[in-house]
Amino acid sequence: MKARTQPDIVIPKPGRRRFYGHGIAGVQLEELVGKLIVVEGADGSGRSTQIARLVEWLETTGHATVQVGLKRSTLVSAELERAQEGNILSRTTLSLFYATDFADQLENIILPALKAGFIVLADRYIYTLMARDMVRGMDEPWLKNLYGIALEPDAVFYLSVEPQELVQRNLSKSATLDYWESGMDLGLSRDLFDSFVKYQTSTQAAFRQLQKSYGFTIVDGNRSVDAVNGEFRKKIMAVLAGK
Amino acid sequence: MKTFAELNFPGRLIAVEGLDGSGKSTQIYLLKRWLEAEGVRVYFSEWNSSELVKSATSKGKKRELLTPNTFSLIHATDFADRYERHLLPLLRAGYVVLCDRYIFTAFARDVVRGCPPAWVRGIYNFAALPDLTFFFKSDLEVSLNRILDGRPKLKFFEAGMDLRLSGDLYESFRIFQGRILEQYLAMSTEFDFIVIDANQRVEAQQAIVRQLISQRLDLARFKRRSPLPLPPPVRRYEKAFEIDEEPVE
Repeated sequence: MKARTQPDIVIPKPGRRRFYGHGIAGVQLEELVGKLIVVEGADGSGRSTQIARLVEWLETTGHATVQVGLKRSTLVSAELERAQEGNILSRTTLSLFYATDFADQLENIILPALKAGFIVLADRYIYTLMARDMVRGMDEPWLKNLYGIALEPDAVFYLSVEPQELVQRNLSKSATLDYWESGMDLGLSRDLFDSFVKYQTSTQAAFRQLQKSYGFTIVDGNRSVDAVNGEFRKKIMAVLAGK
Repeated sequence: MKTFAELNFPGRLIAVEGLDGSGKSTQIYLLKRWLEAEGVRVYFSEWNSSELVKSATSKGKKRELLTPNTFSLIHATDFADRYERHLLPLLRAGYVVLCDRYIFTAFARDVVRGCPPAWVRGIYNFAALPDLTFFFKSDLEVSLNRILDGRPKLKFFEAGMDLRLSGDLYESFRIFQGRILEQYLAMSTEFDFIVIDANQRVEAQQAIVRQLISQRLDLARFKRRSPLPLPPPVRRYEKAFEIDEEPVE
């Protein structure tokens, strides 16, 4: 039987492409025909659920997808994991280690995938890294220079969820709060619960600060999965249409 | 950017820079021996030696996974780890810290690899400048011959093969080193390098280095106030502990 053309498969139209700073040498921006969609948010904000839904939706509508995320590079992910377990990293080292991990994925996965026309879904991007570092007292201009290699995504969603709600979601999922997600290295409080709430509050403030220069979409993540996903899809459809 | 002295650190940092084969490591080793014999509290730190990052760097190099950006960032991570974990506390405690290569190595190498100078310098701007930087300036041919005479097995990144300067490892190394030398020379005035003629005999260079340091640093300030503590008594389980020795060539 002859396959029929599916009328609802949209071929993505090009949008604006730029690096935040000097970028990566030798990359032709107009060749990056895929789309880069970033989902930011704390653990428990619904990132993974939303990304899984988007993959499902994009693939059924005919788009090839690739997923990237923090600490997933071939180059340094294992070493970074080990260093964090030992809790022996000081802040500049931690920052540069994550930047190395990011650069490795950017050059070896994200850019080639975009060139091949994939929709790249990033489970967090440079903004989480910058916000974390800002909370730890790193200089914003220093971070902006560092991440001048980054490509501007086609869409960035920041899932904003109240810290108190995040506590509930994290506890119901794993019955404890993660050391780093609680910012325990900062010594905000000896109490994990208090530290988590304080840390998440400062991180959200850092995100709002970053939003001023990077203009991402802040999504109210306190709503239902469907409601949030509906908002994502609407924006992504506009991105695919080259808007 | 300021030096450690300008930032009122009690310690001082002395860095050596130069091409592979310029003899700088020999010179800093002899310097260390002298300062130790003088009773100065001294610590030696080598480029690319942080335990934390080592396995990632060696994997990246062995499997040729590194791009100019990741090459730069992984070395910056290594430097930051040594800087925050060792150099800063030691300099706060009044040590003389000797660095075999410092940020200028990154400024030279990363820029030759095509990273923008402003980006690289921006990344390293958390680090203070050395109080003294010795640049061992040898003729390109002299340092090349010191390295290449034995026809050693040059490594891929060491030879700058990632830059595709030449298909031949040795030819690539020559071009790469020549470009690094240009970068060093361009930085020499800006960063107050003390240029040492590295074509001279080892002893002649060391005499100059020691003389300059005696003039520029009040060594008595950096000596241990009390005699060295006695070594701990030998115990049966002593072997169970790894003793962290300072890297010596």
